[in-house]
Amino acid sequence: MSIKIALTGNPNSGKTTMFNDLTGSNQYVGNWPGVTVEKKEGRLKGQKDVIITDLPGIYSLSPYTPEEIVSRNYLINEKPDAIINIVDGTNIERNLYLTTQLTEMSIPVVIALNMIDIVRKKGDNIDIEKLSQKFGCEVVETSALKGVGSEEAVSKAIALAEQKANTLPPHKFSKSVEDSLSKIASCIESIISPDLLRWYSIKLFERDQMVSEELSLDNDTKAKIESIIAECEKQLDDDSESIITNERYKYIVDAIKDCYVKKNTSRDTVSDKIDKIVTNRWLAFPVFAAVIFLVYFISVTTVGTWATDWVNDVLFGEIIPPAVEGFLESVNCADWLTSLIIDGIIGGVGAVLGFLPQMMVLFLCLSLLEDCGYMSRIAFIMDRVFRKFGLSGKSFIPIIIGTGCGVPGIMASRTIESEEDRKLTIMTTTFIPCSAKLPIISLIAGAFFPGSIWVAPSVYFIGIAAIICSGIILKKTKALSSSPAPFVMELPAYHVPRAKNVALHIWDKTKSFIKKAGTIIFLASGLVWFLSNFNWQLRMVDAPNSILANLGSIVAPVFVPLGWGTWEAAVATLTGLVAKENVVGTLGVLYGLQEVAEDGVEIWGSLQASFTALSAYSLLLFNLLCAPCFAAIGAIRREMKSAKWTLIAVGYQTVLAYAVSLCVYQFGMFFTGNGFNVFTAIAIIVLIGFIYLLVRRPYNKDGKNCSAKEVGNAALGGAKL
Amino acid sequence: MTTLRNIKCGQTVKVVKLHGEGALKRRIMDMGITRGCEVYIRKVAPLGDPIQINVRGYELSLRKSAAEMIEVEKL
Repeated sequence: MSIKIALTGNPNSGKTTMFNDLTGSNQYVGNWPGVTVEKKEGRLKGQKDVIITDLPGIYSLSPYTPEEIVSRNYLINEKPDAIINIVDGTNIERNLYLTTQLTEMSIPVVIALNMIDIVRKKGDNIDIEKLSQKFGCEVVETSALKGVGSEEAVSKAIALAEQKANTLPPHKFSKSVEDSLSKIASCIESIISPDLLRWYSIKLFERDQMVSEELSLDNDTKAKIESIIAECEKQLDDDSESIITNERYKYIVDAIKDCYVKKNTSRDTVSDKIDKIVTNRWLAFPVFAAVIFLVYFISVTTVGTWATDWVNDVLFGEIIPPAVEGFLESVNCADWLTSLIIDGIIGGVGAVLGFLPQMMVLFLCLSLLEDCGYMSRIAFIMDRVFRKFGLSGKSFIPIIIGTGCGVPGIMASRTIESEEDRKLTIMTTTFIPCSAKLPIISLIAGAFFPGSIWVAPSVYFIGIAAIICSGIILKKTKALSSSPAPFVMELPAYHVPRAKNVALHIWDKTKSFIKKAGTIIFLASGLVWFLSNFNWQLRMVDAPNSILANLGSIVAPVFVPLGWGTWEAAVATLTGLVAKENVVGTLGVLYGLQEVAEDGVEIWGSLQASFTALSAYSLLLFNLLCAPCFAAIGAIRREMKSAKWTLIAVGYQTVLAYAVSLCVYQFGMFFTGNGFNVFTAIAIIVLIGFIYLLVRRPYNKDGKNCSAKEVGNAALGGAKL
Repeated sequence: MTTLRNIKCGQTVKVVKLHGEGALKRRIMDMGITRGCEVYIRKVAPLGDPIQINVRGYELSLRKSAAEMIEVEKL
């Protein structure tokens, strides 16, 4: 018989750290609320018959957020044999609120009083004997980070599970509430097992929608329960949900009065002192800009680029290809196979792996920011800006990360609670130019706008504008409209980033990146090589006669209105789907040069012959905004958990890219005196349509349109959907 | 009615009542803002919204639109 133990606790209480400690697994831990979205399972180290489940971090067992619903359904339906409730010792009052709910579920509970080292360091003292009495469960002091106490907690939990000793909450509500609860209990005792009777009674008293639907009570019982609740509410002059919450907190305050001695009662902690500067009215944005600048200075301008250049130019330029070529020659390998391996696979996979050092440096910087607690401050200072566009401050984090690579950017959207906002963020994150798009920018800027300082910034500006406009447009659609998500966010205390944690984070990201390079990009590179080296008769030919050229010229007319309807440009764009840096590489190959530098200086001449400055800029814009690379599309698929939504996202991005490039090219042509034609007219229509989508009335879930002001008022009244 | 929205930074107030309903109200209560508890208004974000408060010994940020639901009295 295996034993199931669930880990529960508030976000940021150290749950995932303890999970890793107990199971030896390498889950990533971050210092911002909501790192675990789904539950994860692992086996206890050294005791394989004990299964540990890491539930998402929650503040309560209310029926409102996906994390809370996942957790309570698990606890009710799967009925683990014991719960380890991780309580952050430095924030005991709010953490114990969840404890009061967990102890009502008739599952043995062990409190792991975590971060006890920090509590002691502050000079505070918690009497665990008394705490144990007050909450009816055993208490173990732990410091998951230092690996202290986790094992003791788990062995206590196992012992309780074996005894099947249920935790009985010593905590009672006030008399009138208890009376109502026992009346409700008598209404439902015939259908509920006795050990869950109290929990269900409390939930019904709170008018918990999910529970009442689950029980499907008949109307008589419903009415009877409703009258019991109403009577109690009248007596206590408050609504039932508030009554329960208030009484829980009141109980906690009384309980910890006896067992928690605080040494320092000053409100200003070290964190607050840091915040005085970091979220200061005048300094917040300069500090933010400096932090972002520093991150990119280190990862894009200096260290990361040095490392990436070395990998690209030396490792995948001078070391690996000659070595492999030499080896292949020595075994008399066929020419076509040598070409496949060297040009196709090493070229393609190498182009992607070349970015790995840069990404690792970027991930190092970003994970330092995450781990120390700065990310939630970014959400705090940026919320106002993003709310205006239908997003929340939390949407900014994926976008920052997305400047490095869209894949982790998309994954970072997980912390956004509202389903609609999360989808919206996923759809827009890749509009910000990622590091793989930088070579395209340098190529076009170098060849057509020499010495210009506006091209690169304009691209970032357009990326941000695309995010903002998409936020506004999509928020007004039926599927993505939602009342503004509540922004009630904990600002966790700062702490020094932990080396192990940061290393885990980088390893986690690096691993998935390498995996991707080894699978999807490996195959795609081989395919592109094949298509550009063979004709339909499967004979090896030069690129202009290949299948790829053929396919390219079929697709190319689509891009004529954008000013770059050549098959080379079309093919370059298509291969950009494999990895965006391929756009430069493909253009290099197709214009007759095998190897091009990152800024493609060798092909500037032939490019200038095929493009005008305007059509080149249009090509640049299209490639920046259109569907991201396969890897990012894969990430979208994983996060959306729906093929339909993945298609919608990619389709939207491509349509927007087409519209923007069309308008830029056609208006550019018109204003440079190239006359008015049918495409100019189409561009005008597109522009008008775009403006309409921006300013039209938002969709309202009740089926009628309403003005922005009414939406605002509805939000103030609370999101009752 | 005085709400948390009207309180200046650096003041400590006591919660009188929570208005509104549904998910947002429950969330605010779950985070420990309940009748009778003390709330210290630490600061306003640089762009004027959201605000940062200290409640039950930890730092919480919420929008002014949510703060408006929290009726308070000065101590």
